[in-house]
Formats: sequence, structure tokens, C-alpha cells
Amino acid sequence: MASGIKDKVVILGAGCSKFGERWDCEPADLMAEAFEECIADAGIEKSQIEAAWQSTGVDAFSVGPGAMPLSMGLRLPDIPVTKIENYCASGTEAFRAATYAVASGACDIALAVGFEKLKDTGYGGLPQRSRGVANDLYYPNLSAPGMFAQLAAGYRGKYGTSKEDLKRAMAHVSVKSHANGVKNPKAHLQRAITMEQALNAPLIAEPIGLFDCCGVSDGAACAIVTTPEIAKSLGKEQLIAVKALQLCASNGQEGGYEGWDGSYVHTTRVAAKRAYAEAGITKPREQVSMTEVHDCFSVTEMVTMEDLFLSEDGGAVKDVLDGFFDADGKIPCQIDGGLKCFGHPIGATGLRMLYEMYLQLSGKAGERQLPNPTVGLTHNLGGFPHQNVSSVAIIGEYGI
Amino acid sequence: MVGITAYGAYLPRMRLQKQVIADANAWFDPGLKGLAKGEKAICNWDEDTITMAVEAFQDCLGNKPGQAPAALLLASTTLPFSDRQNSVVVAEALNLETSNLRTMDITCSQRAATSGLLSALDIAAAGKEAVLVASEHRRAKCASREEMLYGDGAAAVAVGGDNVLAELVASHSQAVDFVDHYRGEGEDFDYGWEERWVRDEGYMKIVPNAVSALLSKAGVSGGDIAHFVLPTDQGRVPAMVAKKLGIKGEAVADNLLQSVGITGAAHVMLLLAHRLEQAAPGDLVLVAGFGQGCDVLLFKVTDAISQQALGKGVSGHLSNGRPETNYNKYQSFNNLLEKELGKRSEVNKQGYLSAMYRARGLTNSFLGGKCSACGTVQIPKHKYCVNPECGAYDTQVDHPMAGAQGTVATWTADTLTFDYNPPAYFGMVTFEGGGRIMMDMSEVDAETFDTGSKVSMHFRLKQIDDQAGFRKYFWKAIQV
Repeated sequence: MASGIKDKVVILGAGCSKFGERWDCEPADLMAEAFEECIADAGIEKSQIEAAWQSTGVDAFSVGPGAMPLSMGLRLPDIPVTKIENYCASGTEAFRAATYAVASGACDIALAVGFEKLKDTGYGGLPQRSRGVANDLYYPNLSAPGMFAQLAAGYRGKYGTSKEDLKRAMAHVSVKSHANGVKNPKAHLQRAITMEQALNAPLIAEPIGLFDCCGVSDGAACAIVTTPEIAKSLGKEQLIAVKALQLCASNGQEGGYEGWDGSYVHTTRVAAKRAYAEAGITKPREQVSMTEVHDCFSVTEMVTMEDLFLSEDGGAVKDVLDGFFDADGKIPCQIDGGLKCFGHPIGATGLRMLYEMYLQLSGKAGERQLPNPTVGLTHNLGGFPHQNVSSVAIIGEYGI
Repeated sequence: MVGITAYGAYLPRMRLQKQVIADANAWFDPGLKGLAKGEKAICNWDEDTITMAVEAFQDCLGNKPGQAPAALLLASTTLPFSDRQNSVVVAEALNLETSNLRTMDITCSQRAATSGLLSALDIAAAGKEAVLVASEHRRAKCASREEMLYGDGAAAVAVGGDNVLAELVASHSQAVDFVDHYRGEGEDFDYGWEERWVRDEGYMKIVPNAVSALLSKAGVSGGDIAHFVLPTDQGRVPAMVAKKLGIKGEAVADNLLQSVGITGAAHVMLLLAHRLEQAAPGDLVLVAGFGQGCDVLLFKVTDAISQQALGKGVSGHLSNGRPETNYNKYQSFNNLLEKELGKRSEVNKQGYLSAMYRARGLTNSFLGGKCSACGTVQIPKHKYCVNPECGAYDTQVDHPMAGAQGTVATWTADTLTFDYNPPAYFGMVTFEGGGRIMMDMSEVDAETFDTGSKVSMHFRLKQIDDQAGFRKYFWKAIQV
């Protein structure tokens, strides 16, 4: 049995650009904005970085293939740089690669940078793109909200939840994230909304309305990782360590075989179980302080609460409406506004979540700082509810 | 003896109310008001001559894989492809046994279907079975008389020597270069001549001439005819021709002008199918196809007519319509106006022909795979069995699923994505007998559709590339 990643690697520094419709910025501008914050926070020179990973979700659309957008963008010092794409988990994947590189001893200090330039399409929503020559022949031509709206149909089918109750829980998710986003100066959307606004917004993909959808944003986020020993030698006192990094990719069973009923995301459950085991967490509802989950759509966040075992099966509607995941609830979710309001530059998102957890655990989250969080969980989900990649990362104070 | 062994039909569910055409265009041509009676069947955006032909064949012979007629003939003047045999697409969608199948597209005339039926009967006379499908998706100019009169539909007739329900008695054909209307190469629309001339010099002379030749050949008089099928968009012409030939008024087949519209080359088969639904043993059925001459066929109905296991038939489809009052939607579906489709419609529609060829078991025939080790069904077929308890390699055999019944497990109505008829409905369908797939849905009734709805599979258009003149097909779920 492998010993896992727990406490082998720490975050030396983290940075994040302002997210939003950055009409005046090239991807390199966004990367540099995040990196300047990150390297200053880490307190090292660029020349000390030994390897880097770049995550972009819709790479060919914005910057073309390969890792040169990052190596050229930051003028990195002739080091190995690798591009990673794994749907919406791309950012967490870049972080996983950098973390594993350090843990293996292959390098002492590694960099993960995620970015996305989505707002050059001329229309709202994510860019239209091929899902593969053969897949395009039979996949429905579905939008991202169309993919995840199906979770609502599956959930209602399984639990008999009324359309109205589900819609209210979904609205609560979004109202909560908007309230959180108000306190985040880097967030794409910094405006509170009411339940009435959320419930009465135009339908995008039944039952998902406009306010059930996350922002489509430009942005970048990054992290520098190293070993606890090196961090200490560089003068760092409060160390924020990686506790678990888990990923699960569908093999087609949910979509192609009996058993899965469309009410949950199989891969998230698998990744979550493995992550809790790796981090030594046995009672997540008691032990996790806060989460940043992949709330591409409000219904996704609600279902994810069950998939992360923070709510019982069928219990998320009640927990959400009870405020269990609000800023003042037991396990605040999306304290930075989430994908919903911080925004969702795909390749940056996983690293943006880790950035927020790092700030919260370091006590540097400003107006939105939570009281004494110790364990933070981040979650990404990319693809379809029945066929996807899901990542779960857990970070916390080193040594506890 | 050879003759008709089965028949069937298909009509699109959308029925455009003709009054809305008049409401939109009578300011320009008040004469349209006189034609604004009833409704006409019109294709949904994802239906065309090929998809309707598949449905009509299934209505005729059932949706069963591996049927093995010797020939499949497709008659139409509105085939989607000028050089890609359309009947082969139909054959693969029907999952026919294609390793020993003759296919043929018959076109360029309103009598294409009767000519095709004569060819099919020749094949039957040689001791084989053949199926003729006639299908038409008609376009007409805005505010034209044709727009009022034309409809969309398809019909299928199987012929052979066993279990004949209408025996061929005699036939006769004449060729005359009488141009009542034409459509030149590269043209979108028909160009016609004055109706009175078409009636007096065309229908009233050419048809009686051909019919008389047939009747004398068969030794039958006009008064003996129980069913007279003559498709035309001139409402009074069939009765006038019948009178001239001594055929009884009640024998004249309803032209379905106010319920379907005139479905071009398909119409003669549609009327024949409709009339056979009402026929009794011993009845004589006279079928005339008019266009650059005339084909006439005389059938005698047998006792087997009562044994025909009917699908919906013409009658069933007539009562299965949905009134449509949106004239703009009709024009949009038929590409009759330049419409803003939005940037999301600007996707790469390239037809990757080599990839399409590899995928055609799935895309044309809706074949899944069945594991020969554990029996698990999956779609699409895969090298490894999806059952986690099995996972066997290379054990899947083709498993036809076009006839499978499904249940909706998840769904949504997507207004963001591009669709010609938004919102786009799609979701996960779980099949009785195993297998599931996320797929498009069509003809959704928003009032009754939900998780748990039962669906059947239908061959439909998936994507149209107007610039390249290409179109892709796949299967869609339609609520039962």
C-alpha cells in the first residue's frame, strides 16, 4: 500500500489574477499577474523553479497547443514545462503533477500555472468545440448547462423531489455564492442576488436558469510547491501541506451499464473516498472545515455535497436550504464565490480553489476570512454527469 | 401470380394550417384564400426524404433487423444526394441484409413511383421479393400556389409471389414529353404552366389514353373499377378523368389535398396505400402515375387483404398529426428564408467520410454490441465489455437496437445550444434488454415528457451543412 502524499509537499506560494471579462489582456498578461503575486509570496527567485506544468482546458482555441504559452509567457529559465489538459480538472492536474514531482525528489521546487482566455468567442457561454470526430457523429449537440441539467432530472427521478423544492435549493446555492462573491475583490461577479431573482431568471437548460450558471471568465492562478524541509529553510513558519490528491476518470460504466441512475456523479464518490483515506479523514462532515467545489451549475454543487459524503444521499436539498454550506454554516462552501461568482477560466479553476484554501488556512483571506479553518477540500468535475473526470484535493496545516 | 404483399405509409406529425399561409400572403395574391382549406403534412427540421422512407418501410414491413428483400427501390424527386445512392442509406438504416441486395434510386418525374413499382413487379415476376418506397419532401416559393398544395410524406409497397394481397392484372406505360412543370438542374423550385392547359391537354388526354389501352389489354371496363388512384394537385381532375373513362364516382380516391397536401412522386403510393386500407377481396384497383407520359397498373385484391398486419398506415398517420400555425417555422425548416441562426450554429460540420464509414454500424443502423461471454448489451459497441464483472476483450457481436424500447433516465431542454427547433431535448435513454446511451430527442410533447417516459428509436437528420451540401443522420428518441 502506497503511503500517499500526505504532508510530503507544502505550498510555498500562491497567486491568482483578477477573474472576469479581461478584454484588454492576453493569456500571458493573466499568467504574469498571477505569477507575480505567487513568486513574491513564495519569496524565491524565478531561477529557483526547476519544473513547471501548464493547465489549459480549451488550449487550441486561445493559445494553441504545447507548453510554450507558459514557458514564453513567464520567460521561465530553460526548465521542463508540460501542458496538461483534463477537462475542468486541468488546474488540479497541473498542481498534482508539480506536487508529485517534488514528492518524488525529482525536483525541489515546482510551479503549476493554470489559465484560460474564454472571452474571445463573440458569444456567451463556453466556446463551441468538437468532442472528437467519431463522438460528434452521435453525441447530442449539448451545451454545458444542458449536460448538467440532466442531473436534476436524475435526482428528481430517484428521490421524488418536487421541481419546486429542487429549484429552491438550487437558487439557495447561487444566492449564497453571490453573497460570498461580494467580499472577493478578484471575483468576476461581485453583486448579491435574491431568491426571487434566481428563481425567476430565464431558463437556459430546464431546470437550470441564468443564475444557476457559473461565470465564463478569463483568468489565471498558480502555486509553487516544495518540501516541508525546504520551506522551513526558506524561513516559512506556517506550512500549508497537501493531504490528499485524488482523481477518477469514468470508464464508461455509468453511461453504458446498469446501476447508475443519473442522480449522482460516480467518479466524485470514488475520488472522495480515496482522498479521505489518503488524508486520514474518517468523518468528513465533522472534519472538513470548508470546501471549494465544482459549482459549474447550482445543481452540480448540490449533488456534489452528497458525492463528497458531506450530506447523506437525498439530504442535500435540506442541508442547502438549512444553510449548512453558507458562509456562517458548519461547512462553508465557495467562500470566495466559487465558479459561480469568482468565475470559471477552465484551466485556472482548480488552482484558484487551492489558492483560496491556502489563503484561508494562512489567515490571509481578508474580509471573507473564516474563523480557524484547518482542513480545506477542493473538487473539480469535467465532462458529462455520466462520463467525466473528477478530482478531489485536500490541504491543511502541516503535521496535523 | 405476383402482386402487392404489404404496404405502409409515413406522414410527418407537423400539419401546417393552410390558413396561415393565406394570412401571410393574401395581400400579395388574394387567390390563395381559395386554396386555404385544411392542412398539409410538413417535415420537421430533422426529417427528409430518406428519414421518411425509413419510416414508411417500417410501417409496411415492421422494424425488424435482417429483412432480406432482393431489391429496395426508392422513388423521389427530392433526394438529398444527387450522387450518393440514397436508397443505400435507407437500406442500412433499416438494417436490411445488404450483402445480396439490389438498390436503386428512381427520380426525375412525378411518375417515378409507378415506374419503380413496375420494375419491382418485374423483379417479383422473376421469383424474388422487392420493396418500393416513395418519399418526397417538397419545397415551394413563398406565396406560390404550390406552397398551398404541396405536402411531405412517404409510402412503401412490398411485392412478391407469396401472400399476395393485390395481384397485378395488367400494366401499361406511355411516354410523352408533356411538360406541365419542370425543375432544371441546380434549381430550387418548380416552374409550371397554366393549369387549364395541363388539365385539358395533359390529364384529360394522356391518362385516358393510357388507361384505355390497359383496360382493353385486361378485358375490363371502367365501370368494373372499385378504386381509381390518380394523384394530381388539381382537385377536380380525378373525377373528370374517371367520368370520361366510365369509372364510378365512388371509386375515385380522395387526393388528401386538404389533409396531407400533394406529396409529389410519393403521392400515388400514398393514395394506393390509403385505398388498400379500405379494399375488399375481388376489388379492382387502377393506379395511374402521370408525368411525361403515364404508367397505369391494374390490381385485383385477394382474400389475403384481411391478413395484412397493419402499422399505422395512412389512416393512423392522418389522425396522428399536430396542428402547426407558425408559418415562419415552416419557412425556416425548409430553408426558404435567410435566417439568423446565431454564432453557436457556426460549428465545424465537416463530413469526415472515413470516420463516418467506420461508425456507420452505429450511425446508420443503430447497432450496439452484445457480449458473447456474459450477454451484456452496450451501445456503442466496444472492444471491452462494459460489465465490470466481465470486462472480456473482443467478445461483442453486432446487436441491432433500432427496434428497442427505451426509458428516459435523464433529460433536459437546452436553450443555449444551437438547434433548428429549440429547445434541444436530449438525455440518457435506458433500453429494455440492456444498454443505454445519451441521445437527442425529437417530437417532444413538453406537457407529458419527463423522466420515465417511454421512447422508441427513429432515424433522423443530425446535422445539415448547407455550404458543403452534406447532411449527417443519427437516431433519435421519440416518446411512444
